[in-house]
Amino acid sequence: MTSSGYATERETTEGRVFTVTGGDWDTITNNIDPLSNEKIVVNMGPQHPSTHGVLRLVLELEGETVTDCRPVVGYLHTGIEKNLEYRNWTQGTTFVTRADYLAPLFNEAGYCLAVEKLLGITDQITERANTIRVLFMELNRISSHLVWLATAGMEIGAISMMLYGFREREYILDIFEETSGLRMNHAYFRPGGVAQDIPDSAIKKIRDFLVYMPKKLKEYEDLLSGQIIWQQRTQGVAVLDVTGCLALGVTGPVLRSAGLAWDMRKTLPYCGYENYEFDVPTANTADVWGRYQVRMAEMRESLKIIEQAVDRLKPGPIFVADKKIAWPAQLAIGVDGLGNSLEHVAKIMGQSMESLIHHFKLVTEGFRVPPGQVYVGIEHPRGELGVHAVSDGGTHPYRVHMRDPSFVNLQSISAMAEGALLADVIAGGASLDPVMGGCDR
Amino acid sequence: MSIESTGGGPVNAEPVGADIDAPAQVPSNPQKGMFGITGTGDVSGFGGLVRRQPDVVGSPKPYGSYFDEVTDALQEAYPGFADAIEKVVVDRGELTLHIKAERITEVAQIMRDDEALRFELCSSVSGVDYLNSDARRLHIVYHLTSMTYRRRVRLEVAVPVDTPVPSVTSVYPTADWQERETYDMFGVIFTGHPNLTRILMPDDWEGHPQRKDYPLGGVPVEYKGAEIPPPDQRRVYQ
Repeated sequence: MTSSGYATERETTEGRVFTVTGGDWDTITNNIDPLSNEKIVVNMGPQHPSTHGVLRLVLELEGETVTDCRPVVGYLHTGIEKNLEYRNWTQGTTFVTRADYLAPLFNEAGYCLAVEKLLGITDQITERANTIRVLFMELNRISSHLVWLATAGMEIGAISMMLYGFREREYILDIFEETSGLRMNHAYFRPGGVAQDIPDSAIKKIRDFLVYMPKKLKEYEDLLSGQIIWQQRTQGVAVLDVTGCLALGVTGPVLRSAGLAWDMRKTLPYCGYENYEFDVPTANTADVWGRYQVRMAEMRESLKIIEQAVDRLKPGPIFVADKKIAWPAQLAIGVDGLGNSLEHVAKIMGQSMESLIHHFKLVTEGFRVPPGQVYVGIEHPRGELGVHAVSDGGTHPYRVHMRDPSFVNLQSISAMAEGALLADVIAGGASLDPVMGGCDR
Repeated sequence: MSIESTGGGPVNAEPVGADIDAPAQVPSNPQKGMFGITGTGDVSGFGGLVRRQPDVVGSPKPYGSYFDEVTDALQEAYPGFADAIEKVVVDRGELTLHIKAERITEVAQIMRDDEALRFELCSSVSGVDYLNSDARRLHIVYHLTSMTYRRRVRLEVAVPVDTPVPSVTSVYPTADWQERETYDMFGVIFTGHPNLTRILMPDDWEGHPQRKDYPLGGVPVEYKGAEIPPPDQRRVYQ
């Protein structure tokens, strides 16, 4: 093995192999005889700062042109679907929330809607619970899109965008923490409602955010849209038209950037989305630039929905009235985190034997779900999140499958990359916004 | 680990409806007893409790909602309808068509292309293992979405272990990775798939983890002097 600058090289039966750890492409290209070595295979990832997580891409290059791109996934597989089958239905939210860690509330929402559909209590979900769900999902959509903007900016070379994107995301995470006790992986939505009512202090923070965020969105656009480098790295790059999107199952902002206004909040509404006024932004360029514009516009639409949802919040119950399903404990955030409220502990331990029995039964055993299967699809920040839940009539899920948009959308990276330049693989991959936690589950 | 000792998964029991003509509609769940105790430890008498499973067969016509239009359109466009469709089930506002395995590609093609059907998007392909309830224990579930008509339909195929299923990748290229995942997790072999390899588990992995007879695994954990058994061996209240 010899070393020349940054790249070490060694001879193998399949030819000369270079191990690159950073630095300059010149050190490689100088060592390659252009006449006998026209094609090189580059293994990008799984630990690579520009692959959006532990994604591995095996690229075949001719010069700087990609002739073959093979994505390899599975590095973050944690067996969430299998684990669910050994817990009760309520505990399931704690697992699914960890799949796509940038959009935890969507995982919870999809799962809870599926369980509620199995139970047949979809129309018993209280208005306040539905409004809180919509409110939080839209906040989560903005925080997810902000991470997309931050990381995509970083990957294309606009490093300062990363700092601003993550800074504003902290605002949203603070609101989540104020309400659920956790910044991420909330397990806040439960089958039947939400775990905790939203405190007034969080409402105030949301109202402040509604004033603050539009200015920031303007700032991002001032920073990026007129930038000649940003334009050249995104316009006409990684084009995928509607036919290609549908064939490969690509949904969400990528499909909408190709011009098809398919948004399940409008077309197959759930959680009362039909009662909110908002538009479905589309673009017609079908490239990275279009996806950038669609996501920016979607954040503004989400702000509109949040404003309507906050205005619509009326006092009321946050869980279904059915005591056989509703979580018995009133939760409260104490000095050591989220737990049962002191009043509830006093009641079950000191005053009411029946309350203790009820609490014990529901918490240890859980509720039974009538046998059958359902599929629920919701509009996740990255596309269609589908939850297929099967019950055998017991207190545990028999099978839960999450059709995660990151997993399905990633298939299209080969279609976007092949024939393009190596640098465009980064831009195209970033524009899909894959989150490997969701992809590999 | 013996299957009897598992908490969450189904226990060994007499197969329910285990004949080759009727794919199981709900998983087998013998649900005996309560509190997870069997044998002499049970002094409550609840150990003898047996819950009956609902005996559901195909739904009768009319199905209601858009389901009649979908089935009628498919019947009109597809001459092999009577032979290919084993059962039509309408449950919880969802339409399920149980399809014979060898016909799935043909049906998918018509579902996608017929003007009255137009299921342009294959949302999801996944599997369910109906262990003990059916000789054809592996079910492959396809969720199709019609963007034109804003409808959804579920196609379901049931096969015994080691029986191949035709791949629908020629109709819906998006099924590529999802069929690979189903192969990886359930061991369903899709014939005609361009590259049927494992996708989530390592290439040299043995077994198919989402099958019901595949143990969850795990090790006991000590916490403040007490030993907590792994999740699949904890006592389960049911």
